[in-house]
Amino acid sequence: MCTRSIRGYLVAIALVLGSGQAWAQTPNLGTPMTQTDIAAWDINILPDGTGLPAGSGTPAEGARIYVAKCSTCHGENGKGGTNAKLVGGDPIRDMETEKTIANFWPFATTLFDYIRRAMPWRQPRSLTNDEVYALTAYILSLNKLVRDDETMNAQTLPKVRMPNRDGFIVRFPDRQ
Amino acid sequence: MRNLKVVAGNGLLHRRTFLAGALTGYALVQSASAQQLTDDPWSLAPGNTVPDYGTRSRFERNVVRTLSNPNGEPRNQHARTPHHLLNGTLTPNSLHFVISHTGDPDIDPDRHRLVIHGLVKQPLSFTLDTLSRYPMASRMSFIECGGNSAPLFSKEPIQANVQALHGLVSCAEWTGVKLSTLLDEAGVDPKAKWLIAEGADASHLSRSVPVSKALDDAMVALYQNGERLMPGNGYPMRLLLPGWEGNMNIKWLRRIQLAELPNMSYYESKIYAPILPSGKAYQFYFLQEVKSFITHPSPGLAMKGPGFYEISGLAYSGNGRISKVMVSADGGRSWAQAALQEPVLSKAFTRFRMPWRWDGGAATLQSRAWDEAGYVQPTRAEFVALRGETKRVPPVTGFPNEHYNAIVSWSVDRSGEVKHVYA
Repeated sequence: MCTRSIRGYLVAIALVLGSGQAWAQTPNLGTPMTQTDIAAWDINILPDGTGLPAGSGTPAEGARIYVAKCSTCHGENGKGGTNAKLVGGDPIRDMETEKTIANFWPFATTLFDYIRRAMPWRQPRSLTNDEVYALTAYILSLNKLVRDDETMNAQTLPKVRMPNRDGFIVRFPDRQ
Repeated sequence: MRNLKVVAGNGLLHRRTFLAGALTGYALVQSASAQQLTDDPWSLAPGNTVPDYGTRSRFERNVVRTLSNPNGEPRNQHARTPHHLLNGTLTPNSLHFVISHTGDPDIDPDRHRLVIHGLVKQPLSFTLDTLSRYPMASRMSFIECGGNSAPLFSKEPIQANVQALHGLVSCAEWTGVKLSTLLDEAGVDPKAKWLIAEGADASHLSRSVPVSKALDDAMVALYQNGERLMPGNGYPMRLLLPGWEGNMNIKWLRRIQLAELPNMSYYESKIYAPILPSGKAYQFYFLQEVKSFITHPSPGLAMKGPGFYEISGLAYSGNGRISKVMVSADGGRSWAQAALQEPVLSKAFTRFRMPWRWDGGAATLQSRAWDEAGYVQPTRAEFVALRGETKRVPPVTGFPNEHYNAIVSWSVDRSGEVKHVYA
């Protein structure tokens, strides 16, 4: 699916939800910030790739980082351990099907976003952007969602098509 | 007792049975034979020194949250509220439910910052001191985990108490600054349809919220039941989205980015996307829908012989006020309207009460709530038809699915034991 249609889909949801503006006087006590001030915290990635930083990584690079920093909890080759498996997954049949990256996650950008903000569990924010790209590439390649030699960066990652992309029904505002 | 008006099967009495004056002259139950009174030791000597921060009586030490991960192993932690041991409508701060995905951060309030940026005219940063100068508002609001009551997705009723089944919801008075005030100050670009809220915890937990909710009744909460937030509930500040999925009420709130698109964070992409029987999954569920459960009596609280009891419980809806609660003692064959404890507040716990004369026979207790938007709590059969149930019995601490709000049933047998059943 192309980037434009992702945006169309998600913007449409918000439009239906409404966005009435209500302007009012405020005490004006906030401290003005520049983009440079905020940069270190500005880590949200959007599903169209907005926010992805410079840098890149390959599955092979990711495999080396994975052994050192991820396999203790997620098992050898992403097969799972004390924490979730990162590879495989049965087709979603019902609520008892284990949700995995390959069978459930709608956007590949979520991998970069989540690894960078929360992993490794004991040392979040310790990975470089290149390392996050490499781990993202490695996990996607384990799941055969990218080739073994495919580089992930700000241009390639948003183009990765996740298998369950159309597996969702927006719950609200369906009853308004 | 025999002259009291029974209004529904198995001894439900009219909800106004015990209002002042209604029963003048009636002895409800034969009193046990009295003992001659004596003075106890605490009446014969001065008591303890008053502490600077109060704690409950030592006789109440069993009133605690249950912990899913008491040793802090590297995974999430759940602390569940003991609703069967509480009454009223406010959850004490030390018993408010907590889910922490990477533990509770130990935040120095002087160093904490809340940043609002993205699609705004002027990005801004606020300290706790700064926010404390803003006009504040207070409101009662329940917060419920999207996975509360998840054990009831089990194909068979799991024998567990109210705390284990429904302990991931609590209600407090929250005081803070309306989020719309801060957004006005930053100047929201009309292109912004979402805000992405993020915590200062080690998981930097993020969730996307439509701007419409932010401008409606969202709050940056600084106080919980009158005192600063508890660490597990987001100290020194959290996002409050009254009536919406607990996980979205970002704790330790440090950043709000206005954006055209949602973040599609881990929690909205995977965890809080309930799978339907068709294999499709709901996305952006948001609302905690109309719901009720009986706390007294309930499993683990054995009945002590026939006679009078008050059935009471909690009702709430993310749509607004509770408009009506009906109670049944015969598994839904007949119903009577419960009294609602005033004040009945929007998106807050409402305590319902129903006088009951238990005749000592088998009974099945149920409650069913309606909200002011016209929604009614579904029966379990109606709910399962839409949302499904498990094929296996999951562990009581598991989360086979999210957003369960169907009618809950407790059976009472002749011995007075209370069990969880599907009726």
